[in-house]
Amino acid sequence: MSELQKRQIQLEVLRYNPETDTAPRYQTYSVPCLEEWVVLDALNYIKDHLDPTLSYRWSCHMAVCGSCGMMVNGEPKLACKAFIHEYKEGQIKVEPIANFPIERDLVTSVEDFITKLASVKPYLIPKEDKPVSAGEFKQTPAELKKFKQYTLCINCMLCYAACPQYALVPEFLGPAAISMAHRYNQDSRDGGRDQRQEVVASDEGVWECSFVGACSEVCPKHVDPAGALQQVKVASTIDWYKEHLMPWMKR
Amino acid sequence: MEIIKTDVAIVGAGGAGLRAAIALAEADPKIRVALISKVYPMRSHTCAAEGGAAGVIKPDDSLDLHFNDTVGGGDWLSDQDAVEYFINEAPKELTQLEHWGCPWSREPDGSVAVRPFGGMKIKRTWYAADKSGFHILHTLFQTSLKYPSIQRFDEYYATDLLVEDGRCQGLTALEIRSGEMKQFQAGAVIIAAGGGGKMFPFTTNGNIKTGDGMALAYRAGTPLKDMEFVQYHPTGLPNNGILLTEGCRGEGGVLFNKDNRRYLQDYGMGPETPIGQPVLKTMELGPRDRLSQAFWHEQQKGNTVKTPWGDCVLLDMRHLGEKKIDERLPLVRDLCISYLGMDPVKEPIPIRPVVHYMMGGIHTDVQAATRLPGLFAAGECACVSINGANRLGSNSLTELLVFGRRAALSAIAHLQSNQVPSSDAALAAKAKASQNRIQALFDKSNGTESISGLRQEMMDTMEENVGIYRTGEGLAAACAKIAELRQRYANITLTDKTHVYNTDLMQALELGSMLDCAEAVTVGARDRKESRGAHQRLDFTARDDENLLKHSLAHYHPTEPPRIEYLDVVVTKSKPGVRDYSGAKK
Repeated sequence: MSELQKRQIQLEVLRYNPETDTAPRYQTYSVPCLEEWVVLDALNYIKDHLDPTLSYRWSCHMAVCGSCGMMVNGEPKLACKAFIHEYKEGQIKVEPIANFPIERDLVTSVEDFITKLASVKPYLIPKEDKPVSAGEFKQTPAELKKFKQYTLCINCMLCYAACPQYALVPEFLGPAAISMAHRYNQDSRDGGRDQRQEVVASDEGVWECSFVGACSEVCPKHVDPAGALQQVKVASTIDWYKEHLMPWMKR
Repeated sequence: MEIIKTDVAIVGAGGAGLRAAIALAEADPKIRVALISKVYPMRSHTCAAEGGAAGVIKPDDSLDLHFNDTVGGGDWLSDQDAVEYFINEAPKELTQLEHWGCPWSREPDGSVAVRPFGGMKIKRTWYAADKSGFHILHTLFQTSLKYPSIQRFDEYYATDLLVEDGRCQGLTALEIRSGEMKQFQAGAVIIAAGGGGKMFPFTTNGNIKTGDGMALAYRAGTPLKDMEFVQYHPTGLPNNGILLTEGCRGEGGVLFNKDNRRYLQDYGMGPETPIGQPVLKTMELGPRDRLSQAFWHEQQKGNTVKTPWGDCVLLDMRHLGEKKIDERLPLVRDLCISYLGMDPVKEPIPIRPVVHYMMGGIHTDVQAATRLPGLFAAGECACVSINGANRLGSNSLTELLVFGRRAALSAIAHLQSNQVPSSDAALAAKAKASQNRIQALFDKSNGTESISGLRQEMMDTMEENVGIYRTGEGLAAACAKIAELRQRYANITLTDKTHVYNTDLMQALELGSMLDCAEAVTVGARDRKESRGAHQRLDFTARDDENLLKHSLAHYHPTEPPRIEYLDVVVTKSKPGVRDYSGAKK
């Protein structure tokens, strides 16, 4: 195994402190990076050795906690999965995740996302009541597979940063929240779709999606929210026809 | 200072904190719950647990077998009444999670699947591929959104408990986004704030795991128990300590040294089992302490593989095949490829032991109650103790659930005792003292110590002297160093004196928590003159049941090292015996 390579990288980082700055500004740090590092390692180097005043969120450093979503050279990325070796020029621009208000430096307010997630009732609404003492619900591997992919969302919000529609219409429920509704709708144990449809099929719901597909491109967990939204649209259209053209049919 | 009145305040919103909150909400929607965490709930480190959660469910298993595995795995330092309660509750809690939608992996007939895990004699680890903790955390978080009585205070950092009239009656916390201090008045407080692995440099633990919850209780006068027992997970990625789940070995992965020898057979875990046919409680399915210790011996003998990140052994999963790896261990494959540039389908992965879990924590009884009335604790920050001297993999996720709920029930019983709260003035005075402590950090400008500098010295000391094998000499040096660092900590200066999302301040407070906890670890280890489970002394190599079948309790002192008290282990039906992980002896 080869020795570890080092390279000096210029990190241009957006800084904003509401107590001392009137507008966001950029600050450049020169960081001696190992080639195997991720951008988060470089930020931690800055924090520990160059500038303790830089603020950003992080925890797991393994792309599962979803804390460190930010814009790296203009693209939504997890800082813990943006590899230095992929930036050959030696210049990396780091900005807070797009489409969310900046609190300070690389920290944004995520309240809008949390509110939207909660609004789709992202929890199991069981078809049938069953006490714990009666044991588990049966679910075959095939039934699990129908929704498993949509359970993998880490709530990193990169899909909201990439979504052109969310940028234009802040009321849009957005990719992750609708995918999560779809996840429960597709769960063989669940009977709550009608309750979720009130929000999901509303004007600010799935119909706002213009199917650009940017959400699926940036998703670090391959959840494919665009695919989920497309399925929700099809299902909601069928609902509409059933209700308006075939009112005698039950959903 | 704003006062927030609530019935139960929970510090920490990971697995244990969320489970406690839901139990409170389900018991009585009129109970006001304040769920306080320094991060949003889904960022909690429960999300990083991979392998699974143990609970007896299959017909070939029994509660007694899970009991025996846990107590033996813990080298008989577990309290057996607590283990019994835990084992009994485990299947119910895991089924409850299933009812809440947790996407457990399944058998073809639709029942929940179980996998083998280290030190377990029967397959009983429920799993959701290799993202079990992630799914447990998100299932709990999403379920918690159902309950209006749970009010979340996301990104609030708890600074001090409010103790008055001999009871815990709330806490103070900083709202990180504003820097404002808030006073939470509560009938009961539950701490569920995780472990403190970040006191070590090479750890699977996330950045947030700085022992804040442990330190919160400790500074308020309630002791920390068995802190000297720190678990090394045998299989971490060598460059950054990322965890590769024990499920790798559960599914059949094997360990080789540089000479292609399955070296575990040389450390009492043999005979060698055929590749592709793992035998429970044997070879690679031995417990974590034994496997990590075997690595250390291989390193001493020069049998390890040299890599740019230090000495390693090799974890070989190739024989599992791409299909099985993608189905059972997709995260592991992704982590190896992403962070090491190596694909476990095609090549053996270099790994080395990494600090993973603290068996010790806030001393609680089997009801999750601390010695301080009104204060309860659950999860990694607590020590009941079911894990004893060495936790078995997949017992801790279950522990979060069982004791998270248990803490909630105990908190309800405490509320029902209807004790009159102390006066607002008395509580305000305590809250003000906490605020002054933080303000002093802002006011001081002549400090000479840097936060990251002290943290590095602490980590170096812990790594050098408080690792897999320890000596009296090394531990004495570590105790002296940590004591020195605690003194020098009084001399730190904040570079950042603003208030909005001041992570310089957060790091200063977290360093304080880690130093307090690290001193409890080092002093506890120095004074435990025996080898048991994860605490191995080169100068006291035998287990000493005559004198040390006891828990250590570290009592806080603001300027001096802790006072250590000992407490008998609760033994009900399993007398200390020999831990046998040899497949040869049946």
